[in-house]
Amino acid sequence: MPASPPPPDDAPAAAPAALWRALARHRPPGVDAADRAWRSPVRGPWLTSMLGAVLLATLPLVIVTGLLDWIAYAPRLDQAFPRDVGWLHPPVFAWPTRPAWLFRVTQGLHVTLGIVLVPVVLGKLWSVVPKLFDWPPARSAAQLLERLSLLLLVGGILFQTATGLLNIQYAYLFGFDFYTAHWFGAWIFTAALVTHVAIKLPRMLTALRGPNHGRTPLDRTGPEPADPDGLVARRPGPATMSRRGVLALVGGGSLLLAALTVGQSVDALRRTALLLPRGRRAGAGPTGFPVNRSVAAAGVTPAQTGPDWRLTLRAGDRTATLDRGRLLALAQHTATLPIACVEGWSTSQTWTGVRLRDLAAMVGATDPGSARVRSLERTGQFRQARLQGNQVGDPDALLALRVNGVDLSPDHGYPARIIVPALPGVHCTKWVEEIVFDG
Amino acid sequence: MAEFRRAYGAAPWHLALLAGCFAVTGWIALRLAGEASAGRMLLWFVGAAVAHDLVLFPAYASVDRVLRAALGRRGTPSSLNHVRVPALGAGLLFLVYLPGILGLGDGTYLAATSLAPRAMLGRWLAVSGALFAASALLYAVRRLAGPSR
Repeated sequence: MPASPPPPDDAPAAAPAALWRALARHRPPGVDAADRAWRSPVRGPWLTSMLGAVLLATLPLVIVTGLLDWIAYAPRLDQAFPRDVGWLHPPVFAWPTRPAWLFRVTQGLHVTLGIVLVPVVLGKLWSVVPKLFDWPPARSAAQLLERLSLLLLVGGILFQTATGLLNIQYAYLFGFDFYTAHWFGAWIFTAALVTHVAIKLPRMLTALRGPNHGRTPLDRTGPEPADPDGLVARRPGPATMSRRGVLALVGGGSLLLAALTVGQSVDALRRTALLLPRGRRAGAGPTGFPVNRSVAAAGVTPAQTGPDWRLTLRAGDRTATLDRGRLLALAQHTATLPIACVEGWSTSQTWTGVRLRDLAAMVGATDPGSARVRSLERTGQFRQARLQGNQVGDPDALLALRVNGVDLSPDHGYPARIIVPALPGVHCTKWVEEIVFDG
Repeated sequence: MAEFRRAYGAAPWHLALLAGCFAVTGWIALRLAGEASAGRMLLWFVGAAVAHDLVLFPAYASVDRVLRAALGRRGTPSSLNHVRVPALGAGLLFLVYLPGILGLGDGTYLAATSLAPRAMLGRWLAVSGALFAASALLYAVRRLAGPSR
């Protein structure tokens, strides 16, 4: 039997002491070899704390923007997924229409930051991975529970990242409902993160207040003194990269991902999203910008959208029916508005059409509390949508007939589609056939 | 208090915090248990951690060990990091954009984008090649600049 190395924590084992001591004594084969295999001298409290601090500053932004996206889907109108969230119901409010870029920014930040943080998460996991193979796995009930919560933390962040990445690339390999899984996964992760931060924050602050290892060049890079958490390797090898080199590597990875992702959200850089679906050319000309549902998938036929197409407006017992010519003869309003999708892409285009509030007035609804918009589409999850009163009344809220100076293309919702400032793209209903204004 | 600390191994607030964390998870688990796909969700949740800890980490650590054996401490400046850095960059891109690179999008891809899924393997190879080329160029410059850093 090789002599077992001293435990990093000399504190007496907690009760039942015999159990924990027996666990520590019975070292399964391989743990000593694993213990000796950790060579990197840069692992230690300082590096882990630096990466932890970055995540502590940024992950809350990802969590909050994710929640905001759920609120933007209008839970009050029963349109947010998942619908039934029990007591995990954050305070909700009527999603505003101003600033018009609000949803573009919340979902863009959520997705882009989630991607950009992947190297930081991987770096952080690398910095603590020896702990996974530590023996004994726990020296007290407290440690055992804490380690179980770390499974929720690590499983949670990896689950959220994996489901999110597959969702934005339309590869639903997982075979469960994305909204449900990503929503509840977020709560599991958030609870584990709050717990982890509460327990480890003092350690992080101590490490960051200590000597600054960020300036040490490679030839003077060596291990930190042994730490109570056992992050520092017991048999470190020579340094092959300084700590600032590791941080630069992680930051460089983040920059690389940012460079290949922001094109999803910035029209001028669209083609730089080289490896993402939304970096591909969606077509040429004024209507060559991304769609989120094709006319073919919606099953909307040319016969339905041809000269026989009529828009029906209702409010109470008043009804109006208009053809496209009549709509074009009404007062037209032009607005440059973003359209943004929770899948992390957005685009800004110049839309022309009739104000929704003008349409409401035609059927005597001067200040409607909400509106129900129905599409010609018969099957999709978003074939109808409800709009809040503020989303009908905004002066830039349109039933768009044209975009960038030409008629809408079939994929963009010809003959008419909804476009409302800051409204999630899926609620900007295309191929509209009916709008009902409610009190 | 001291008795509790000795028995449990930490302060009472530590236990309260963890109880709260497990309560959230337990409630969610109970809530999702009725879903037909609950088993798959659990599999992906645990699988994600296992895939990272027992597949991805050992894989890249082993490759790095081979690299260190082959390139470590030889030559001044060392070429080790000039291979490591672009390799990590290429691996990172592969991991994050995997569905697009392999063209894994299903019917939803076509329905959502109006475009057929297309494997972007060539683009990934080109970006990766550029990373390696830039790194090699930098290495050559450093070599020519002199043996000392």
